[in-house]
Amino acid sequence: MKVEEMVCIMCPLGCRLVVKQEDNGEINVSGNRCPRGIEYGKQEMVEPLRILTSSVLVLNGDMPLVSVKTNKPIPRRVIMQVMDILKNTKVEAPVRVGDIIIKDVLNTGADIVATRNVERREKSSAT
Amino acid sequence: MREKNVDILVIGAGAAGLGAAIGAAREGVNEVVLVERDDRSGGVLNQCIHNGFGLHYFREELTGPEYAERIKRIVQQYPNIDVKVEQYVHQIDYKRKEVIVASTEGITVYKPKALIVATGARERPMGGILVPGTRPAGVFTAGVAQRFVNLENRLPGRRAIIVGSGDIGLIMARRLTLEGVEVVAVVERMPYPGGLERNIRQCLKDFNIPLYLSHTVVGIYGRERLEEVVIAQLDESFKPIPGTEKRFKVDTLILSVGLIPQSTLFKDFLKIDPWTKGIVTSSSGRSSLNWIFAAGNCTVIYDLVDWVTEEGTVAGKFAAMYVKNSWEPAKFFVEKGQNVGILFPSWYEEGTNLNIYLRVKKPMEEGTIRVKQRNNLLYSKKHLNLSPSEMISIKIPESKIGSGDILVEVLE
Amino acid sequence: MRIGIIGAGVVGALIARELCRYDVEVLIFEKNWDVGMGVTKANSAIVHAGYDDEPGTVRSKFCVPGNAMYTELSKELQFDLKRIGSLVLAFKDEEIRILEELYKRGEMNGVPGLEIWDRDRILSYEPNINPEVMAALWAPTAGITEPWMVAMAAVENAIENGAKLFLDTQVLEIVTENQRVKKLVTNKGEFEIDVVINAAGMHGDEVAKMAGAEFVPLHPRKGEYILLDKQEFSGFVKSILFPTPSVLGKGTLVTPTVDGGILVGPTAVDLPPEREFREDTSTTLEGFEALMSKALKMTPLIDFRASIKTFAGLRPESPQKDFFVGRTSVIGFFNVIAMRSPGLTAAPAIAKFIVEEVQESIGETFQKKSDFKPTRERIKHYADLPASVWDEEIKKDPLAGRMICFCNKVTEREILEAIKRGARTIDGIKFRTRAMFGSCQGGFCMHRIMKILAREFGTDISDIRLRSEGSFILLGQVRK
Repeated sequence: MKVEEMVCIMCPLGCRLVVKQEDNGEINVSGNRCPRGIEYGKQEMVEPLRILTSSVLVLNGDMPLVSVKTNKPIPRRVIMQVMDILKNTKVEAPVRVGDIIIKDVLNTGADIVATRNVERREKSSAT
Repeated sequence: MREKNVDILVIGAGAAGLGAAIGAAREGVNEVVLVERDDRSGGVLNQCIHNGFGLHYFREELTGPEYAERIKRIVQQYPNIDVKVEQYVHQIDYKRKEVIVASTEGITVYKPKALIVATGARERPMGGILVPGTRPAGVFTAGVAQRFVNLENRLPGRRAIIVGSGDIGLIMARRLTLEGVEVVAVVERMPYPGGLERNIRQCLKDFNIPLYLSHTVVGIYGRERLEEVVIAQLDESFKPIPGTEKRFKVDTLILSVGLIPQSTLFKDFLKIDPWTKGIVTSSSGRSSLNWIFAAGNCTVIYDLVDWVTEEGTVAGKFAAMYVKNSWEPAKFFVEKGQNVGILFPSWYEEGTNLNIYLRVKKPMEEGTIRVKQRNNLLYSKKHLNLSPSEMISIKIPESKIGSGDILVEVLE
Repeated sequence: MRIGIIGAGVVGALIARELCRYDVEVLIFEKNWDVGMGVTKANSAIVHAGYDDEPGTVRSKFCVPGNAMYTELSKELQFDLKRIGSLVLAFKDEEIRILEELYKRGEMNGVPGLEIWDRDRILSYEPNINPEVMAALWAPTAGITEPWMVAMAAVENAIENGAKLFLDTQVLEIVTENQRVKKLVTNKGEFEIDVVINAAGMHGDEVAKMAGAEFVPLHPRKGEYILLDKQEFSGFVKSILFPTPSVLGKGTLVTPTVDGGILVGPTAVDLPPEREFREDTSTTLEGFEALMSKALKMTPLIDFRASIKTFAGLRPESPQKDFFVGRTSVIGFFNVIAMRSPGLTAAPAIAKFIVEEVQESIGETFQKKSDFKPTRERIKHYADLPASVWDEEIKKDPLAGRMICFCNKVTEREILEAIKRGARTIDGIKFRTRAMFGSCQGGFCMHRIMKILAREFGTDISDIRLRSEGSFILLGQVRK
């Protein structure tokens, strides 16, 4: 049996959950004050999901990097693979908040979107 | 030298300053000028590319730059707000109400009717924690490392140890790991972590980065570049225990050992908290001088930028009310009772809401937070899992508040 | 006549400048990447009054004259000197007796203005001194300065008057012929030389040995320091506070710095003479504890939570505890070594002495240059100007209005000027402008300073070092 303690992040209450997973796969969540806590506890035990925030190289921008995020949480276990993709991605300035840099990255259903504006500048700053 | 009369001058165009400008403009004043010393507005939001911002203010989880962009767009809606960057506040004459500002265009002497201070905080440097050893390259405070990684596209090193488990340190542990830097440990002098639980999980546990509680760094070594960091366990009086030393071969030391409100420019004429160095204010954001208001990290170190923007807006609103109608109501003390470590605000002004922000003195599994005004209980609620690392926000509407001094206490 | 000076610390720099008054070729060899970064960089920065030195010592000959020369020198070279006076504090009867001895000694050495103060006078002048103080020796001619700036300004002035500076240049061999200096072999080439002045600080004995000349054995004496934030502690004391001296030396001081901060230190720990200890400027827990307890005894209200920097410096100590200066049996080779306290104070007087000593020893009279320029302009600190004057400056030069170091108000123009005067590293900028010396210790401005350095040198910010060859600050790119 696996037991994990965690703080639920679904709302600011921050209930302290105790999540138990039996050997047969069944999961029991206690400490929650609403059903969303049960959802969160189960997901976190079975397949933790994370929003990934990082940067992508910009060509010809007034900044060398544009900050990006996944627009949905993705499985924690694919994060390093997504990072490899981001490390090899380049985007041309200008970039606007919300621009989709990569659609449906690694079949996760999440897009990589820009989270800041980068203006175009022909002579790019320190790369 | 240019002289400029202005209704409201805001020092700092970060989350608090921008919020103050919005609050003032909404209330309706002729002109609000913000002077920002950096080359862009937004403050530290620009480099906080992680998310966790805006859950309260925008009811959406945003990254720092996205949050900054949203706030800036609101500011842009008001034609009477003028945000000026690369402006350095040199001196303030509090008697003549003059603020001397330097920029590449020359010196401008602003004569504001009201001044709003939103200067934020700075990071405690290494010299502030007396670490023995040498002084090689490779030592960074977390914010500086964050700036290099997120804005300048540079890595501070290849193998790092992080001192301080506050949120900034935890965020950097994750950021560096994702970028291929080996983070060997996070070291925390208290027996409990300094940052939010969710960050312990998502920044340390997710990446199997060990957290050493009740430990501190007792030596850093390296001739030109950092080579080794030594940590040791602390006893109850925070003295290193001999024989518990652990050595780490790293080329980078990241320090996240506290934020200090930037209040020096005002220390000769405003009431400053001698312990925290924050500018002491009332529930309206007003300082100890009636025409000077303050908001954000320069008053107290906040956990959430949402609250910073909100308090900025409050200060802006009441500064504008002061400018328009000489608003200056009765004032009462807000006192720290049992178990309260940090308390904001220090005064309550009649006609305002009382937004209390507090940190408990020590961790408590259970505590009842009470806000009393003479014999009236304005607020009483049991809170679970209290920790000095997590700031608690209690909002008491103006309608519930009468007259008299207020006491905030946490009963076990 | 080609004269080589080994070491561009305050001693070597002032000697170089003094020599530049004459029609001689002056070469300065410095093994570090910048001037004044050895012993000169990390000490108490005190210009001592001169009552400590026992009559008969070499020190006693040069301290008082050197102290007096600082007034004119600071005006010519435009570095900060503040004659704030010093108080040696006595807390016991035996200590009062020592004060009286120092008083007599000071009179013998020609120290002006010495007074013994009683408790009331002390406390009304310095309210933050421990009220248990019993008496103090007041010396009005004691002062504080910025030692590396003395060296940097002297070197700038020497270069303007024709001297050549070789940084990152270490003397590896001194070739002599018939007991006469002939050639210096360095890592950057060989130099035929007529006269060698050994001002090699912590390595003075090693260099003397290279020439086969007389020397005294040196060992490092480490002194640790804690610097307190001027924003918190400015004005805490207004004069230099000493404890009553002991056999270990002058003791741990509490003193203002020219920058407005408060400096506590040094400790005094003798290290072994071996190579590996000659550059050991590490601080220790025991050192911090000693500093804090000694300071608290003199000024109980001092608060170390306001510390912004800790550091340690080495002093080249000899068994005789005295300077070892002058001619040697190797013709043309002169020592200026074992320059322990009060080396900084004595340096201007020693410089004058050495120039005479060299001429006398080799039997030549140098011709004075008619066009020697004794003055050097400091890097203008715009924030000190009256606002209207600063405004005019900005209108002529916009970069004088672009603030880079917020804590210490250093503009981009000052950073560029520092680069013109020789800065190529972060420390080079720091020590010439005081950028990054303030409360945030570079937290807000280091990246901006790095960008300016990279721009001016046409390199990338990853190439910028902290102070030396291998002290890179950044180690790679996030995205390529």
